[in-house]
Amino acid sequence: MKLTVWTYEGPPHVGAMRVATAMKGLHYVLHAPQGDTYADLLFTMIERRNHRPPVSYTTFQARDLGADTATLFKASCQDAVDRFDPEAIIVGASCTAELIQDDPAGLAETMGLSIPVIPLELPSYSRKENFGADETFYQIVKSLSKPQERTKRVTCNILGPTALGFRARDDVEELTGLLSDMGIDINVVAPLNATPSDIARLPAAHFNVLLSPETGEAAARFLEKNHDQPFTKVVPIGVGATRDFINEVVAITGKSAAIDESRLRMPWWSRSVDSTYLTGKRVFIFGDGTHVAAHARIARDEMGFEVVGIGCYNREMARPIRALAKEYGVEALITDDYLEVEATIEKLIPEMILGTQMERHIGKRLGIPCAVISAPVHVQDFPARYSPQVGFEGANVIFDTLIHPLVMGLEEHLLTMFRDDFEFHDAAGPSHHGGHSPLPSEEASGGSLPGKMIEDVVPDNVIWLSDAERELKKIPFFVRGKARRNTEAFATEKGLHEISLDTLYEAKAHYAR
Amino acid sequence: MNVPLPPTNGGCRTAPVLKERGQREVFCGLTGIIWLHRKMQDAFFLVVGSRTCAHLLQSAAGVMIFAEPRFGTAILEEQDLAGMADAHVELDREVEKLLSRRPDIRQLFLVGSCPSEVIKIDLARAAERLSQVHAPHVRVLNYSGSGIETTFTEGEDACLASMVPVLKDTKERELLVVGALPDVVEDQMVSLLTDMGIGPIRLLPARRIDDTTAVGENTVFALTQPFLGDTHAALERRGARHLAAPFPFGDEGTTAWLRAIAVEFGVSEETFEAVTAAPRARARKAIAQAAEALRGKSVFFFPDSQLEIPLARFLTRECGMTAVEVGSPYIHDALHGPDLDLLPAGPQISEGQDVDKQLERARAARPDLTVCGLGLANPLEAEGLSTKWAIELVFTPVHFYEQAGDLAGLFSRPLRRKAVLQMEAAE
Repeated sequence: MKLTVWTYEGPPHVGAMRVATAMKGLHYVLHAPQGDTYADLLFTMIERRNHRPPVSYTTFQARDLGADTATLFKASCQDAVDRFDPEAIIVGASCTAELIQDDPAGLAETMGLSIPVIPLELPSYSRKENFGADETFYQIVKSLSKPQERTKRVTCNILGPTALGFRARDDVEELTGLLSDMGIDINVVAPLNATPSDIARLPAAHFNVLLSPETGEAAARFLEKNHDQPFTKVVPIGVGATRDFINEVVAITGKSAAIDESRLRMPWWSRSVDSTYLTGKRVFIFGDGTHVAAHARIARDEMGFEVVGIGCYNREMARPIRALAKEYGVEALITDDYLEVEATIEKLIPEMILGTQMERHIGKRLGIPCAVISAPVHVQDFPARYSPQVGFEGANVIFDTLIHPLVMGLEEHLLTMFRDDFEFHDAAGPSHHGGHSPLPSEEASGGSLPGKMIEDVVPDNVIWLSDAERELKKIPFFVRGKARRNTEAFATEKGLHEISLDTLYEAKAHYAR
Repeated sequence: MNVPLPPTNGGCRTAPVLKERGQREVFCGLTGIIWLHRKMQDAFFLVVGSRTCAHLLQSAAGVMIFAEPRFGTAILEEQDLAGMADAHVELDREVEKLLSRRPDIRQLFLVGSCPSEVIKIDLARAAERLSQVHAPHVRVLNYSGSGIETTFTEGEDACLASMVPVLKDTKERELLVVGALPDVVEDQMVSLLTDMGIGPIRLLPARRIDDTTAVGENTVFALTQPFLGDTHAALERRGARHLAAPFPFGDEGTTAWLRAIAVEFGVSEETFEAVTAAPRARARKAIAQAAEALRGKSVFFFPDSQLEIPLARFLTRECGMTAVEVGSPYIHDALHGPDLDLLPAGPQISEGQDVDKQLERARAARPDLTVCGLGLANPLEAEGLSTKWAIELVFTPVHFYEQAGDLAGLFSRPLRRKAVLQMEAAE
């Protein structure tokens, strides 16, 4: 038993729903009690989908438990097939149905349906949403893909994009364009918008592009092993990663690549002088493993940030993220405990967070700007405009995303110079944010751990003298956390027990760069 | 005395009810925690359940409420199910950790879920044991919010019913008003009743545990929410008497609800008029403005919160709408009867749900406005039907006179929006 306040991932059957909802012509019969239908709104509200997810819930109640829930399951199955006329169905149990052990797979098999029935075993009490999506997609591919001739032209499949994926819709479009520039056609994109008959055609492609390892890797490995299709290992998020991806595709296909980079603006935007202020900004990165790994590289090599910590919530990615952390000389935080992430951010006091919707809230509370780079998502992560993450346009979009929460370069200086201006003071936050600016931590309200404000992180044996404390408050909020942390670290290093005005400026000189 | 007249074509109380059983597109009772934890500021709701429960709680409101969450889920893991860990020992440990981190918690609700009920974790026993350990500082109660037992708002009912047995005894003749209301609405209601000379007024749930809510055979109680059937029964078991009335939505409902109490406490006609005349006039004016867009339009209710029958009464009688179908998850005659009496005959009254069949009926009827859950709203909009999300009716202040215009506004806004959006070329 583990107390959880907020979860990064839903249960595995929600992962299965992400696959089913992404596809067409597939229906999911889910043995589940009333209430599990809440998951529909993730798709209809957060993603603004205009159709109900193709899911039939058996809706058993307490009084059914002593009677016959198996018959209820079979009836729901038959109703779904009759009403929605799918090409194939997937069947499974939610957490409660798993406990009553009705065996949906066995029941569906005995019904003699004329369409493929794909049973899912998703252990609700040990695995989570990403596993559920990955496993479901794998089972569908395993059941439906057929051995066949390769296409005449060089083609590939794009594997992994699901419903509720982070920018999946636009990533598919951008990637399709990039591959087309290389003379490669798309055979099938799956699961997003694929039908069961499209899944059957997967083996016709020459190779696979694994867009989201979280939800597509098991299927990619299956196709590699059984249909001799290599798959790409680089996810093309960021300029460097996109170039690596192109090289990887060249190596697989033997096609030469003359890629038009005229739309790629990110490198110049990052080199131009206005971006100088980004240099060495301390960032903490947290999300799913794939996006975190990509953003660590972007942050350090393409934005010139200092990466002070990385982590992911999906344990499946623990190994690569730990290895990456080692390379970056930081500690990896592998956890799905929101409070632990919050505590780590409080300890590190980064100047910026690249995270999920959860970290955005942590940032709001602590007065730290945050850019959302990964699921879990909220309605605002489904923008109306085109905003991919992959490829060259993705790199442009990410540059904008990462600088938007920050105070702009010259503004930083003006805020320092005219600190007491009644309209143009640091507590008002970045001037382009209106009422939604992050507040300095002193004024942030709420928080899940009362009394555990940022001030409490001071090492026990160091106290701030009042003149130094006053001076600290004059430092603009977006660098105040760093100044506090550096000064305390400096004092501890020097064995000082008090921080005076002099200590503050000695520390400033010590850390000058 | 402005007693509401029953409709000339007869009401709906004896109308045949279409009872359906099938897929239900509704939340489970855990969802009530979203508003209950805000209402009771010293309470913490600990769901003993699965990752699904935790995920539901953070998704149900359509937003994540991150400030000061006073609820959490003790997620069952494989070892709990395999019997390798004693669930009660595990629960004690989690509660201990929680209470030491949150000294501000004075009442703790252990909330049962589908999995905790299927594997039969005895939360009543756990609550009793934990109460002994943490008394007097913390009171520990339990109720079920599981989907196999409760539908959406029945969670609040189960929560309040769990509090009734531990309410103090009283012999006083007191009015107990039952149902979680937004503080601002509760204050308005108390002030209306106080101005009529009625008191003392006790509230369930009270905002904090130290409040003086008590119950006994001289207690009379009024319900502000139409989904409190079990609480109603629990209070009657304690000897309290229910004042049946239409629910306080709109001018007519509010007046009838207040009148039932006023009559019980012998308030004079003059006093009643003096206290209610001004707010009633305001309510009528506000409703009239908002109802312009609603007059002559048809409405179809999918079952959601059990507010459907009183709201259908409000929309048909005060806003000039026609009800096509009024679906409710459950219908209790003792609670919904007075509203059914006033609802003009005509609509199909339905109880329970088979969502695909109901969708077919809605598509055939093509109502001007469909009141439904969040899972159905966008898909129906995409089919050209205007919708009102039912959950907003539970999260928004809609009771009593001063909110009557807002209530009508919730229904008229989707229609007004549809009318203002113009995206065709000018010529």
